[in-house]
Amino acid sequence: MEQLKTIGRELAIGSHGGWGQSKEFLDLVKSIGEARSKAEEDRIILREVESLRRRIAEPDVPRRKMKEYIIRLVYAEMLGHDASFGYIHAVKMTHDDALPLKRTGYLAVTLFLSEDHDLIILIVNTIQKDLRSDNYLVVCAALAAVCKLINEETIPAVLPQVVDLLAHPKEAVRKKAVMALHRFYRRSPASVSHLRLCDNDPGVMGATLCPLFDLICADVNSYKDLVISFVGILKQVAERRLPKTYDYHQIAAPFIQIKLLKILALLGSGDKQASGHMYTVLGDIFRKCEQSSNIGNAVLYESICCVSSIYPNAKLLEAAAEATSNHNLKYMGVDALGRLIRINPDIAEEHQLAVIDCLEDPDDTLKRKTFELLYKMTKSTNVEVIVDRMIEYMINISDNHYKTEIASRCVELAEQFAPTNEWFIQTMNKVFEHAGDLVNVRVAHNLMRLIAEGFGEDDEGAESQLRSSAVDSYLRILAEPKLPSLFLQVICWVLGEYGTADGKYPAAYIIGKLCDVTEALLCDDTVKAYAISAILKICAFEIAEGRRVEMLPECQSLIDESSTSHSTDLQQRAYELQALLCLESQAVESVMPLDASCEDIEIDKNLTFLKDFVQQSIENGARPYIPESERSGMSNVSNFKSQYQHEASIHMLRFEAYELPRPSPAHVIPQVSVPTPIADLFPVPETTYNSETSQASKLPSVAGASSAAHGIKLHLDGVQRRWGKPTYSSSSGPSSTTSTEKTTNGVTHIDGVGSQSRDKLNESRRKQPEVSAEKQKLAASLFGGSAGKTEKKATSTQRAPKGNTRNAERPGAARSRSPEISKEKAAPSVPDLLDLGEPNPTSTTIVDPFKQLEGLVGPTPMPSPLDNSVKTSGFETPDLMAAAYTDLPPSGSSSGSLSSTTGDMYSADKTSNTATSVPSIKKGPFPQDSLRKDARARQVGVTPTGNNPNLNKIQVLFLFNRKIKVIIHILDKITLFKNTFWNHHFVYG
Amino acid sequence: MGIRFVLLVNKQGQTRLAQYYAEHLTLDERRALEGEIVRKCLARTDQQCSFVEHRNYKIVYRRYASLFFLVGVDNDENELAILEFIHLFVETMDRHFGNVCELDIMFHLEKAHFMLEEMVMNGCIVETSKSNILMPIQLMDKAS
Repeated sequence: MEQLKTIGRELAIGSHGGWGQSKEFLDLVKSIGEARSKAEEDRIILREVESLRRRIAEPDVPRRKMKEYIIRLVYAEMLGHDASFGYIHAVKMTHDDALPLKRTGYLAVTLFLSEDHDLIILIVNTIQKDLRSDNYLVVCAALAAVCKLINEETIPAVLPQVVDLLAHPKEAVRKKAVMALHRFYRRSPASVSHLRLCDNDPGVMGATLCPLFDLICADVNSYKDLVISFVGILKQVAERRLPKTYDYHQIAAPFIQIKLLKILALLGSGDKQASGHMYTVLGDIFRKCEQSSNIGNAVLYESICCVSSIYPNAKLLEAAAEATSNHNLKYMGVDALGRLIRINPDIAEEHQLAVIDCLEDPDDTLKRKTFELLYKMTKSTNVEVIVDRMIEYMINISDNHYKTEIASRCVELAEQFAPTNEWFIQTMNKVFEHAGDLVNVRVAHNLMRLIAEGFGEDDEGAESQLRSSAVDSYLRILAEPKLPSLFLQVICWVLGEYGTADGKYPAAYIIGKLCDVTEALLCDDTVKAYAISAILKICAFEIAEGRRVEMLPECQSLIDESSTSHSTDLQQRAYELQALLCLESQAVESVMPLDASCEDIEIDKNLTFLKDFVQQSIENGARPYIPESERSGMSNVSNFKSQYQHEASIHMLRFEAYELPRPSPAHVIPQVSVPTPIADLFPVPETTYNSETSQASKLPSVAGASSAAHGIKLHLDGVQRRWGKPTYSSSSGPSSTTSTEKTTNGVTHIDGVGSQSRDKLNESRRKQPEVSAEKQKLAASLFGGSAGKTEKKATSTQRAPKGNTRNAERPGAARSRSPEISKEKAAPSVPDLLDLGEPNPTSTTIVDPFKQLEGLVGPTPMPSPLDNSVKTSGFETPDLMAAAYTDLPPSGSSSGSLSSTTGDMYSADKTSNTATSVPSIKKGPFPQDSLRKDARARQVGVTPTGNNPNLNKIQVLFLFNRKIKVIIHILDKITLFKNTFWNHHFVYG
Repeated sequence: MGIRFVLLVNKQGQTRLAQYYAEHLTLDERRALEGEIVRKCLARTDQQCSFVEHRNYKIVYRRYASLFFLVGVDNDENELAILEFIHLFVETMDRHFGNVCELDIMFHLEKAHFMLEEMVMNGCIVETSKSNILMPIQLMDKAS
């Protein structure tokens, strides 16, 4: 049947005679069309190329025939065969006077030649001539060629003519001239300065949007004055004032609308005034948009993108959220959701089941998009589910590019939100196992550090348990045949440090395992070095314990082999090991102390011990030391800064502003103050400091401001606990109520409530799996269960007094309670303070902020300065974002001071405390307000892990210090007793 | 940049039209790219969405009978709009050829190119009115 149809078509075409195609050409096309395999096609084309090569060079080929030859050449090139012998004929054809031939010539040339081809120079002349033609179609053809062929050097040859053509009477010419300028702009931005124009013709206007979009991308600020005109145009388009021919499927000029929306999104981003002009027209578009057609949805999607990009407007966001609801729509929907939740995380909850559908869709593209969405909405309540899913997916994909991305996202999420250390280690193991070669080295160092430092200061038992579980798991994993090098390094290090620590495994067994590692096929020098160091440590620990170390034969052979290795590093390690074996136990103990990896190294930052020496040298006539910054300006520092920021952006760890830690004698563990000398190796203290101050001034983030004022007081010890436990994490819903509210309540009972809310969190986590349908289960774990909103509200009010009494009963003592007990106590009611005040936008707008304020002020006495800050935010609720901007620094800093004075900052607890005692405010503007602040914070890159942005920063600070510690530790081991060397070096450097 | 390329491929994977906007590729590069993309897109079923990520950009594709239209776009491009742009291109060809089919495009490759040239310049959609797109081509036909 199909064949019959084809024949029918052929006959029809054959009868078309007037198209003027020869039998030869028809035969060629037919045979290509009938080719059943690539090989057959290749044969046909090769034969064709051979015959063309002969015939095209014949003298006096008729012009019409030549046109056909050229098209046959186009076929040859399109199907992947070289036809360069015919290029010159295509160039010649552009000289032809007949328009169809000329245009075919231009077409062929644009398809054949790159803009740097030698033949271009021959065409420029023709183009110049054609641009002056009386026939506007000729001019158009030339302009089309200009858009493809003119490179930076040839721009001046045609630029004046193109500019003249901007005033051509024919709109088709003006349109193409604009696009030619667009091309010039892309090739050489400096050459074009004529691009601001308006035109009566909608076609030309539509085309002008393309170069304008590029220009605005490059420099938003100089085009702000065009906002009103763009809005005006969009309004006209939306009101169907353009010619009917631009309509597409009953939508008025959708492609122009989309382009305009893109431009408005750029112009309105972060500009309240400009955005203000857009609200009305965007609202109109939302209202008018038809969701039944693809193109309607395309416009809708673009308006959502625009709304999410410009300065937020509550009503529009609502409209946008409503609009997000076939495969393509799913894809776009997921993407749109991703954009919206950046501004308001709660929107996604309404679409949770749809999102899960997408996740289980067999379509890979959809899955990826969905993972992107999940990544954006990860919080500590759902991190386990999301990361598990991601890893599962990661294992199954082969695309390295994407695998790297997913792996780094897993790591990032795990680092930010890890509920427990065990989970973190296990997750990291999985990531390493399946994508080990693709992850950043830094991740491995983090993992080692975590294992070394464990839970915290007062829980030795848990710490050693963590370590032995790590050792267990690594010994198990070593049985796997093929492991990535980075992962092996981690394993070696952990086995060396803690392999024998719990006495479960004899030293010989661990050493044997380590030797096995080095014998594996894929073992590189770095891994070997790690393994030898590990063996060295184990031997040292054994000797220090007074036990004799039996050298296993394979170990001996490893040492022998390494001491003659090409790698000097390996050699040195091997010799060190040999030397160490000869030392007596006391010496060994002081050289290689047990579990010294997290010991802090005191470094005399000011190098006071050198004072005498320096003084003496100066007296002897040496030049005094001039600080580097004075010697060479700030160039170095700024280098460091950029380097550092670059690093930060890669790792996605956001370093917030904080005060440079000052070693304070009061603490047992002072932060390691990095001596300036090391700045060379680790561009640490100055640089962060710099970048952070600039950031702090730019970003209205709580973190920056508060830490600047109070960072000094932050105890690292307090922070350490924070790393693992689920407490701080509840960022869902209104628990992200900000510092303003936190401070309203007294600080005294914080601990009690803290544990309570933590328990609830635990409980909610445990409860969720019980929901029957699997999807609902997943939804619950992802979204924190939005099913029973009303129920939750009720329970939360009921619980309020209870929570208070409990506070009174057990102030501060509850932290160490086991989850079992707490489970009983924390009532059978469904979770959670976490979700309680899901902000309801409609009610928000109606509620009088002052009444809310009264409710707030009522039950708890308030310190006056805080009162102030609360009030301001209350007053400004109609304009939420403004409140967020203005209020953040003061409120943030106050909370910072509070938390640091208590030394215990379960921010979630404080929030829940407020919420329980003042249930009336939970629907008020504050949660909403704070949510926005939260969202804002996310936008500007704070990404609060919990609800207290401080935390995040502290964690970072903490991480950061740990990092330094590890580095210094390593350094220290290498330069054992050689400190003076670099001191000396730097004093005179 | 917007649109990087427009590719017409039949269901056997044979190229029927190819136009690149981003940069000029050599024959070998084009061959490799087209092979990869075509394999990726043709393997997808009707149950999957019309967007595929490839290298650092996206491909929006649509099938009409035996012919696939593949459009490579940058990541910030509106996929649905491109999907509809493909349809607009087909509608335009349909109006010109009358019930367009694969062979029409093969026999009049240059015309298909001319239409695309009117619609897309520098990788941007510049004209979406069918009468405006077809006018120069009709005038040219008349002139010859």
